[in-house]
Amino acid sequence: MATIAEQTPQQPQQRRSFGTPVESPGTLTNDEVLRYSRHLIMPEVGMEGQLKLKQARVLCVGAGGLGSPLAMYLAAAGVGTLGIVDFDVVDFTNLQRQILHSTADVGRKKLDSAAETIAGINPNVDVRKFEARLTGDNALDIFREFDIVVDGTDNFATRYLVNDACVISGKPNVYGSIFRFEGQASVFATENGPCYRCLYPEPPPPGLVPSCAEGGVLGILPGLVGVIQATEAIKLILGSGEPLVGRLLLVDALAMRFRELKLRKNPDCPVCGQHRTITRLIDYEQFCGIRGEEKPATGKLGDMTPEELKQRLDRGDNLFVLDVRDPHEYQICNLGGHLIPLKELPQRMGELDAGREIVVHCKMGGRSAKAVDFLKQQGFTNVHNLVGGINAWADRVDPKMPKY
Amino acid sequence: MKILIPTPLRPYAAGRSSVEVPASTVGEAVEALLASHPELRKHLYNDQGKLRAFVNLYVNEDDVRYLQHERTPVSDGDTLSIVPSIAGGRG
Repeated sequence: MATIAEQTPQQPQQRRSFGTPVESPGTLTNDEVLRYSRHLIMPEVGMEGQLKLKQARVLCVGAGGLGSPLAMYLAAAGVGTLGIVDFDVVDFTNLQRQILHSTADVGRKKLDSAAETIAGINPNVDVRKFEARLTGDNALDIFREFDIVVDGTDNFATRYLVNDACVISGKPNVYGSIFRFEGQASVFATENGPCYRCLYPEPPPPGLVPSCAEGGVLGILPGLVGVIQATEAIKLILGSGEPLVGRLLLVDALAMRFRELKLRKNPDCPVCGQHRTITRLIDYEQFCGIRGEEKPATGKLGDMTPEELKQRLDRGDNLFVLDVRDPHEYQICNLGGHLIPLKELPQRMGELDAGREIVVHCKMGGRSAKAVDFLKQQGFTNVHNLVGGINAWADRVDPKMPKY
Repeated sequence: MKILIPTPLRPYAAGRSSVEVPASTVGEAVEALLASHPELRKHLYNDQGKLRAFVNLYVNEDDVRYLQHERTPVSDGDTLSIVPSIAGGRG
């Protein structure tokens, strides 16, 4: 399940201290003085703070929902070096929240689009692009040239990797995470503070995380949480205020409530505790798809392609089409099937006609594959899974159907 | 006491964001919750009946791992938060 990257254990690197006055190497140009004047007239930042920002090197892992507001505000604030790790291209469905990218960027590399947006905001920023998926093999190398790492990833595997690499390399991990309309934020892996594994020692096993198909996120939420992360990164650089260390901030955007829980450094933490069992980076198996979406299921006995289904329906075959998505998805588009959300299926099997041939579909084929397995266990024999779900139908049979 | 149910687990608790249960310990409160929403159990506990490593319980602001775990005493005005790990953000 987990594989250990071939790598020699690393000694914690020299931790760069924050908040200690730097001997102002470097100066600001007249243009920069004007640009940052609202910082310079604040005693909490001032010339000294602005120079710290200019000398700071911050790594954003991910240029998506959280990475967008993060990178834009850090650039605007005058952070001198911004690293970005991403390997994805801009997709239409990103535009609802990923404000680094605009409509014209669809199909471009997120890194290129991000670098252009950042240069537009502040051409003084040195953007370092890392076109890669973060792995146990490259994480420590990439982290080496930065002082602070900001976690804007979207999956457990990379979050544990970011955390462990921050602990091993002695760099703070500015954490933020979102689900639908809820968010979490904290600062992990500071010298005496807890790390992500102190909070959650292990990632959830595949299959037990709340169904990926029930994901989704309120578009403004990554803005809210990403700006909290940017604020914490800037406080760490300036060495001012109370960093979000040892505290987990919970954001509920729907209720608009912010709560705070106390975190402790766990003496038994496997990566930062007294008896460390994790001394190398672990590449957990990616699950739930890299973007937290369903994986399209393919090539299994009992599968039916969209083309086959279309042919069978046109021929007038007596098929029972079962849609196992949620009602709000049915409203977006449907095949006129009988709607029973996957989680209600065990209680509502009575609505199915065991004598008819059943074709099950969802959005991409993941939930329907589970439904087919379940129905077969329950004794249904003539059950098929629509491969690729209604999205594949939209791609290959009915291009007028909206995709989501 | 009041139990706050996080978004990812609400589908297994009839969509509820919170429930009120009578309880004198954290363990009793969770059992009362599971009695009315049995589907939640496998999301909170493993097969050995141990709280899962990606779910934490907090009484007010404090992690029960640093109190008395499920034996932590609670009273009416307390709030129990279930806080699972969530991973979204980049995509």
